Amino acid sequence: MKILVPVKRVVDYNVKVRVKKDETDVELDNVKMSMNPFDEIAVEEALRLKEKGIASEIIAVSIGLPEVQETIRNALAMGADSGIFINCTSRLEPLSVAKILTSICNKIKPDLVIMGKQAIDDDMNATGQMLSAMLNWGQATFASKLEIQDKKIKVGREIDGGIENIEVILPAIVTTDLRLNEPRYASLPNIMKAKRKPIDEIKIEDLNIDTEPRLEILKVEEPKSREAGIMVKSVDEMIEKLKNEAKVI
Amino acid sequence: MKTLVIVDHNNNKLEKSTLNTIKAALKLGNVDLLVLSNNCKDICNELINVKNINNIFINENDVFKNQLAEDVADFIYENFKDYSNILFSNTSNGKNVAPRLAGLLDTMIIPDVIEIVDKQTFRRPIYAGNAIATCKSKNTINIITIRTTAFVETEIGNETVGIIKEIGNLTVNNLSKYLDSELTKSERPELTSADIVVSGGRGLGSAENFQILEKLADKLGAAMGASRAAVDAGYVPNDWQVGQTGKIVAPNLYIAVGISGAIQHLAGMKDSKVIIGINKDEEAPIFSISDYGLAEDLFKAVPEMESKIN
Repeated sequence: MKILVPVKRVVDYNVKVRVKKDETDVELDNVKMSMNPFDEIAVEEALRLKEKGIASEIIAVSIGLPEVQETIRNALAMGADSGIFINCTSRLEPLSVAKILTSICNKIKPDLVIMGKQAIDDDMNATGQMLSAMLNWGQATFASKLEIQDKKIKVGREIDGGIENIEVILPAIVTTDLRLNEPRYASLPNIMKAKRKPIDEIKIEDLNIDTEPRLEILKVEEPKSREAGIMVKSVDEMIEKLKNEAKVI
Repeated sequence: MKTLVIVDHNNNKLEKSTLNTIKAALKLGNVDLLVLSNNCKDICNELINVKNINNIFINENDVFKNQLAEDVADFIYENFKDYSNILFSNTSNGKNVAPRLAGLLDTMIIPDVIEIVDKQTFRRPIYAGNAIATCKSKNTINIITIRTTAFVETEIGNETVGIIKEIGNLTVNNLSKYLDSELTKSERPELTSADIVVSGGRGLGSAENFQILEKLADKLGAAMGASRAAVDAGYVPNDWQVGQTGKIVAPNLYIAVGISGAIQHLAGMKDSKVIIGINKDEEAPIFSISDYGLAEDLFKAVPEMESKIN
């Protein structure tokens, strides 16, 4: 079984992002970048399927500037077998990413795509579902448990208020939620080994896909900051404020 | 502009957040509703008095009992292509189906909208709410999910307003199948839709100590939440996690106990209407965003609060 894992390079989740002065975007210069945490979970799940003898090959794919090859290297250091780097300098929306991934899937024919449920930068939560629609494959979003049975995959999905179990015919798209697993750290020997693993480069122009954004970003602003509150001296005062001032209890 | 709202429900009852989504939709044009369920009648009864609605379209079929994305997205795609806007609530259901529908329609989804500026301009949080993006849509059909906490519920009157019409060609998908669900058996409200959330952090020190918070939560009819630190320490299950990598909540009252206030956590709760922080460290960052802060030992303050609230 062949598994494709799309990985995205994003601002590290510990960084407090700041909006640029000209309000066109957030500040990305000199900011620590990492693999999207949900994508790390996706890589880890693919590796576990390989360790169980279910998967035979794991391919990591990333789209963007040459720097995204570092993110692919991370996936390779965790244990993926090879990478695909799609060289693209323009801003891409999930719709375009899904089209690019559709073209990659048609080419390499994976049995399963495991990817993050959302990227923690634009918080779209869209690419996996869009890719499933374009390929006409089944989808299992927000996965917290996953089991392959023959030509099917059984997935426990995080839904409001609990877990829903569904079965999807392969090939399929799975998007990962937090509880699926705890991703491993790449060991030093594996980081060294990853340097010799192959990464194929594809130029976006060669794919012949319309990647023109459909949403024009007019402005990126700081959210309204909260008014500084007050410190109360006692539980009695707290309850009094909640009852009579805030009127929330 | 023809605007459709997909009604969220559990086959017996309307999911209340649909009313917030309708409120948002009314800013975009003439609103129709779509109910897909194996039991549309009860849900329609809750919708029939909603003001300013044109039609309530229904398709009652066992296929829709479990709201599989493949079935729902295909059905909307086949029957509502001529609409200008299709709105979903950003529940787990809406988030599952809406992007698939957008993929079928070759349109870019506009997720998690908190404000409708005009018919093609929308504001939405990015970076877990640390920035707000204003985007102008060039789509010919907008698929939108609404962050329902950002809109009030639409009005319900006494007169019957909506007209119920059976609609649609149905195709059944053979890609996925529902098996079963394990719903959390809790008397407490669901975390993302609760009016009050009581949340604990590493300051609680152990899983057992969370019981003092649970008592307070039960007294207030609140949902339980936690910081990532408390989850990582194994005190509570992961589905309690509030934060950038967990659940985003915006209740009327958020009570943060023994939570220092890491960026990660603040991203998940800072849109709450009223925030209170209880932490013995008076320098804790949680106080910088709390409406009311109490610098006191939580093991003393929480039981006292619980006993004094009636």
